[in-house]
Amino acid sequence: MQQQRVVVSVSPHIVTSVTVSRLMYMVVLALIPAAAVSLYFFRLKAALLITICVITALLTEALLQKARGKAITVDDGSALLTGLLLALNLPPSMPLWAAILGTVVAIGLGKQIFGGLGYNIFNPALVGRAFLSATFPVLMTTWTRPLAWSRLPVDATTVATPLGLMKFEHFRTSYLKLLEGNVSGSLGETSVVALVIGASYLLIKGYMDWRTPLSYLGTVALFGGVFWLINPHRYPDPLFHLLAGGLMLGALFMATDPVTTPITKAGRWVFGLGAGLIVVVIRLWGGLPEGVAYSILFMNGVTPLINRYTRPRRFGEVRRHA
Amino acid sequence: MRSFRGGAHPEEHKLATRFRPIKRAATPQRVVIPMQQHIGAPCEPLVKKGDQVGVGQKIGDADAFVSAPVHSSVSGKVVAIEPYPHPLRRQVLSVVIEADKDDQRFEPKGPNDWFELSPDQIRQKIREAGLVGLGGAAFPTHVKLSPPKGKPIDTVIINGCECEPYLTCDHRLMLEQPGEIVEGARIILKAVKATKAYIGIESNKPDAIALMRKTAEPDIEVVVLKCKYPQGAEKQLIKAILDREVPSGGLPFDVGVLVQNVGTTRAIRDAVVEDKPLIERVITVTGSGIRYPANLRVRIGTLLSDLIEECGGVMNNPSKVIMGGPMMGLAQFTLDVPVIKGTSGVLVLSHEEAMLEEPKACISCAKCVDGCPAYLLPALLGKYAEKGRFEDCERYGVMDCIECGVCSYICPARRPLVQLIKLAKAEITKRQK
Repeated sequence: MQQQRVVVSVSPHIVTSVTVSRLMYMVVLALIPAAAVSLYFFRLKAALLITICVITALLTEALLQKARGKAITVDDGSALLTGLLLALNLPPSMPLWAAILGTVVAIGLGKQIFGGLGYNIFNPALVGRAFLSATFPVLMTTWTRPLAWSRLPVDATTVATPLGLMKFEHFRTSYLKLLEGNVSGSLGETSVVALVIGASYLLIKGYMDWRTPLSYLGTVALFGGVFWLINPHRYPDPLFHLLAGGLMLGALFMATDPVTTPITKAGRWVFGLGAGLIVVVIRLWGGLPEGVAYSILFMNGVTPLINRYTRPRRFGEVRRHA
Repeated sequence: MRSFRGGAHPEEHKLATRFRPIKRAATPQRVVIPMQQHIGAPCEPLVKKGDQVGVGQKIGDADAFVSAPVHSSVSGKVVAIEPYPHPLRRQVLSVVIEADKDDQRFEPKGPNDWFELSPDQIRQKIREAGLVGLGGAAFPTHVKLSPPKGKPIDTVIINGCECEPYLTCDHRLMLEQPGEIVEGARIILKAVKATKAYIGIESNKPDAIALMRKTAEPDIEVVVLKCKYPQGAEKQLIKAILDREVPSGGLPFDVGVLVQNVGTTRAIRDAVVEDKPLIERVITVTGSGIRYPANLRVRIGTLLSDLIEECGGVMNNPSKVIMGGPMMGLAQFTLDVPVIKGTSGVLVLSHEEAMLEEPKACISCAKCVDGCPAYLLPALLGKYAEKGRFEDCERYGVMDCIECGVCSYICPARRPLVQLIKLAKAEITKRQK
């Protein structure tokens, strides 16, 4: 052994088996129930959108990494996750060319332009979604009835989402339909049950922090609930707030994106609080029926500030005026 | 179950040795005794080349208060006094002793009736025995037992956590010599005039918990702690057992507590009752690269090469040799280094285990933040250190880092966080001088 080469490094000499790519693939796995429900309700169109977004995300990531002269790391699962998340954020009637464009923007402007995984400020999938909402507002707000796509190639009938019905017609969709996802909406946002199943897995395995979702959902329920108590005819009840629209998808799978959310524990509470307030404000008084995507993007932008002002008390630190 | 906030639970790897009773290692032909094995002033040799020395004879001492004398662990002849590779430093002046054939053991004196001794006499005996903390830090024990005026100690904690993976020497000691450990604890109580003592043991050692309970209770309380690294870190242990928080930059006596490792406690008993100097200690030799893993009672100064030979040599393409545990131990570049007082284990890892992964970009997953037992933000400290922004590191409390390594262990991007933090700490210390 004296003659052998030995490795000399600074401790620790062991490392956990959890890697970045394992984390990414675990989130992809946790999204499979929601993706499966979207396949059931939106059939071939869901399959096409998911496939095209994932393939575009992987290709864009690889091409941009090559162009930047960086190692190509498309196998780390992060581009796959962005593609899948963006697809789940699109209305089923979205044309494929627009989905491709949105995915290129998500990976290019949402992620690679900042330096790739870990350096981006905003959630890439939501950047893609926001881009499409701004450029093709009609396409992004044209919703189809679930199960209608089984009659392809006949075009599906368009309907409003539960949030739209609530906002503009004061019609409340049944909770059961919202839970199973038998409503119109983006591909992956409709089934609360499927989303919760996936997220529970991540929570149990310790791959997801519970603080942000809890604070986000709790704020929406409480803040939305206050207005429901004031005027139950005009404003939706807290349960409807929680079950309808993209809140579950956003709170469980996008507000929990580690890269773009605070690292401090207190910061995660603040993030959820801020996002929750914004969602309720947009839903109740904004021009749009839904505000989850913008609430998360806005809080992404202030995440560095949140980190800065929520530095934890150090072990043994005695703060003045404590 | 009591514990602290943060930490991690690495795979334990203790099965290879936890059921192996402590075995006395063969006396090596040669021992190398460094003049510095402790925190504090180095010793001056008291012997010359060619001198005959007896086992337990003092061969190095210093006048400084924060220091600990060193003793010969064999009987034999001094063949050299020269700088020698040291497990924690580069080269340290060391006394090299060729053991003679009769393989003498230390003859215990006494037994002294320690109850008749004053605290000062107890401390004096401990100092003369060259005792230092055997948990790894190797701080002179008599200094630790001398709290400054105005900082009385009311509680003593005996640390039997052994939270480092792989190591089992403290576990075996508790199983095989519980009486000596408890007697040592009572001596410590007397020396610091404290009234209450606890023995903290992680829940993964139920046999040791039961036996220590039987031996120590009712006057000394055994506390079961959650099996979580770094449960045995001094400040975290105090927090877990007493819910007292050692202030930033402070020491346990600031909250009236003294912590001693079980091995040290046992050595204190030997030093006070038998006037036995610290010339041997129990070490776990293990890892996938060791043919016959074992818990060995080893003479201080035994070379790693002899120790590994004793355990049947190496296997599995060994590629890393660690002095201590895998979380805080030091990788060695040669086997030609001696076991010193603070050596708790020798770990040999296979090629696969030794390979380091390329660090990737931080994804801000905050696992290091949740795991940091000092409540720091290692991800941020690492980024600042990487950019040379050491003032920012200091502002964010880098000096409070206990260097446990949880952040590096837990990082899914394999970022060398504790390594960057150590760099920042060293730079800040250098600039303050």
